[in-house]
Amino acid sequence: MPTFENISEFQLDAFREMGTIGAGNGATALSQMMNRKIGMTVPSIKVLPFSQVPDVVGGPERLVAGVFTTVEGPAPCNMLFMFPIESAMFLVGTLTNRIYKDQIDDIGKSALAELVNIVTGAYLNSLASFTNLKFMPSVPALAIDMAGAILNTVLAQIGIAGDNALLMETVFTEIEENVTGHFFLLPESGSLEKIMEAIGVIG
Amino acid sequence: MAKIIKVGMADLNVAKPPDVLQTCGLGSCVGICLWDPLTKVGGMAHIMLPSSSLGKSGNDAKFADTAIPWLITEMKKNGAESLRLISKIAGGSQMFAFYSDNDIMRIGERNVEATKAVLSKLRIRILAEDTGGNYGRTIEFHTESNQLYVKTINLGEKYI
Repeated sequence: MPTFENISEFQLDAFREMGTIGAGNGATALSQMMNRKIGMTVPSIKVLPFSQVPDVVGGPERLVAGVFTTVEGPAPCNMLFMFPIESAMFLVGTLTNRIYKDQIDDIGKSALAELVNIVTGAYLNSLASFTNLKFMPSVPALAIDMAGAILNTVLAQIGIAGDNALLMETVFTEIEENVTGHFFLLPESGSLEKIMEAIGVIG
Repeated sequence: MAKIIKVGMADLNVAKPPDVLQTCGLGSCVGICLWDPLTKVGGMAHIMLPSSSLGKSGNDAKFADTAIPWLITEMKKNGAESLRLISKIAGGSQMFAFYSDNDIMRIGERNVEATKAVLSKLRIRILAEDTGGNYGRTIEFHTESNQLYVKTINLGEKYI
């Protein structure tokens, strides 16, 4: 059963380090696009039972914008970006030069999906150059709804294999406006082992 | 004073009046509520996937085909009788609208289909349902009245 219990601390450290560099590239891309300073936290890595995952973003009923990308290739993963709705409105407002107060229209949604597409692209590029593996992201899909509802749809995909999710979480912060975004990388079963093998880190 | 008993993702629980069973943020998952009208014992399961044949798991509450029989067993321990059980279901939405060839995009629909198939095999009538769509739901099942409260972000709230 691939429940991520067989991953050693050392391997998790290596994964965290790759995540830091990847997320750094993502933050740089975001910063260039927004023309603003973007800060980020050192990624935290957690192995959590599914039921606890929604608490990470402030509870299952929190209204968020979630952008979901599936990544295919030898080490398939799922990537999910979640923004609290206020942060999402600020981001798309800045990008499209408009003001969003209570709802995000289709142009805003498209802009948000594109923004995430570029950030995840930057992240995957760095992961690919580390590992020499191919990562092929899907077109991002967007949903604005309860955090729990978005998460359980994403978790159903990896739920086929186990009961725990390995989460790599980075929080991006826009310094002046206090915009936050949670980035989750959810490797499918077996993917983490493939990535570790590719960089030569054996537990 | 009625207590609210939480049911997590891939989880199930049993309650008696005046308590309320609640699960927050149903997306593609399905919330299944069973109720015995005589003893008013209620049960709720929050399933993530249609069938346990999809993968091995130590958690039977995750799949429609294993969670429902388990929930009935737990309810019987609390005095419910399986022949009297009736049900209400909610959830099974498609949260992300993109390419449809991927199975995960239909997971909500498959969860609902599987839930209905299991209930019909066990001869449990579905009194009401609020399934499908592309939005999340929070549900509360009142064991006193057999009322299922469904709350959404953009489409308001209702009792079914």
